[in-house]
Amino acid sequence: MWKGDYFFLLRHLILKDFRTRYRNMSLGVLWSLVNPLIMMSVLTFVFTKIFPLNRDPKYPVVVLCGLVPFNFFSLAWANGTNAIIENAYLIKRLPVPRETLPIASVLGNAVHLVVQVALLLVMALAFGTGINWQWLWLPLLWGCELVFVTGCALLCSALDVYVRDMRYVVESVCLVLFWLVPIFYPFSMIRPQYAEIYQLNPIAALVLALREVILEGRAPHAVLLSKLFFVSFFMLLLGWSVFRRLSRRFYDYL
Amino acid sequence: MDAIVFASVTKTFPMNVQRMLARGYVARWLKRGRHERFVALRDISFQIPTGQTVGVVGVNGAGKSTLLSLVAGVCSPDKGTITVHGRVAPLLQLGTGFHSDLTGVENLHLNAALLGFSAAKTAAEFDKIVEFSGIGPFIDQPVRTYSSGMTMRLAFSIAIHVDPDILIIDEVLGVGDQAFQAKCIDRIQHFKKQGKTLLFVSHSTAAVQKLCERALWLDHGELVMDGSAAEVAAAYQGGARVNVVTP
Repeated sequence: MWKGDYFFLLRHLILKDFRTRYRNMSLGVLWSLVNPLIMMSVLTFVFTKIFPLNRDPKYPVVVLCGLVPFNFFSLAWANGTNAIIENAYLIKRLPVPRETLPIASVLGNAVHLVVQVALLLVMALAFGTGINWQWLWLPLLWGCELVFVTGCALLCSALDVYVRDMRYVVESVCLVLFWLVPIFYPFSMIRPQYAEIYQLNPIAALVLALREVILEGRAPHAVLLSKLFFVSFFMLLLGWSVFRRLSRRFYDYL
Repeated sequence: MDAIVFASVTKTFPMNVQRMLARGYVARWLKRGRHERFVALRDISFQIPTGQTVGVVGVNGAGKSTLLSLVAGVCSPDKGTITVHGRVAPLLQLGTGFHSDLTGVENLHLNAALLGFSAAKTAAEFDKIVEFSGIGPFIDQPVRTYSSGMTMRLAFSIAIHVDPDILIIDEVLGVGDQAFQAKCIDRIQHFKKQGKTLLFVSHSTAAVQKLCERALWLDHGELVMDGSAAEVAAAYQGGARVNVVTP
């Protein structure tokens, strides 16, 4: 039906998201640096001074390895979930491929991810971890997160049309996820019998893999990596197929 | 060849969507298949040959917009089949595809992409679109500073440059000033000369008579009359209901 230029459309949808979000802010994109820095400082202060849980001198980098993937995931997922409802006026008037809307929303947030990853790497260097060859794993790791969150966004944005409380569900899940992902505590504190299941959460797996690569300078564990990979692609497949099925009736319910 | 063919098309919408709380879902599930649906179009059949200009008239809620949405391919019918040959350009109602915080240029790009332009084509047509809209230096200002007429002019200018085979115009010509309206009508005539199909929705029977050869009259989701624009306009204004199909 729609025979347009997919990438041209995607680019302008991303630009729209980006421009409308930041045009009227004085700090603009700097917010994506300020937010993780504040969170990192707070968590470092609390867990080294108030609860001296950790004596690691690189603790800020440990925390940042958790915060950056978590921030991106929760933001991109929440925004992606709203994408269809927010753009209802487009769905009702134009035969644009529906999946471009949540995908553009996720990719729009990936711009912040790039900024935050840069921050993470700069901080890692500042704390003296040094660059190593294992950094070559990083694009693959972030790629998996992108795949995973795209799947989540497709799934939830489609469900959001029918069940409008979806965004609150997403918010609540993110709140819980903050504690389920090893952001401020080390993975070694998880009891071994739960560790296997724990790694099935791609965000947790990503955080663990990032710490292996950045802090320990070794390749991520193969089992961990395959879990991250399979769960992410499974989610994309699930999200895509549910989206395809539900998108046929979007018009009727918007 | 026929550009648009509707064969016994019925389109219904679920009712009471707003009350879809968990309770509602349970209730609906219990009486599956028996929940109420609103019939927007009932058993509509017509053919529009390529190159014909067809007006659609009817009061609010008659099913005009649903009909256009079906042609544009944004929704699918419950029953019947729809065949559309060629590229369709829906003219967004009052430029609804526009975002008020974006500038004219940014909206132009976004809208062009949404309508299916390629990057190269947008770049090639850019100057012509801006020129036709007559917006001038305002093109770099956010659209929220535009008057409704200016917004419409930009929207119309973009849609007309898509070079569609079928152009859908939904209640938009009333907005621009006299000069721009004349320009649009001129452009639509040019369109007709090129042998393109036009679907035109309006409350104004005068505009329908002026632009269209044929008209469809919809009432409560039924095709009440299908005939020459003059006949339909006369009947519609007289309020007469001819050929009423009783279910």
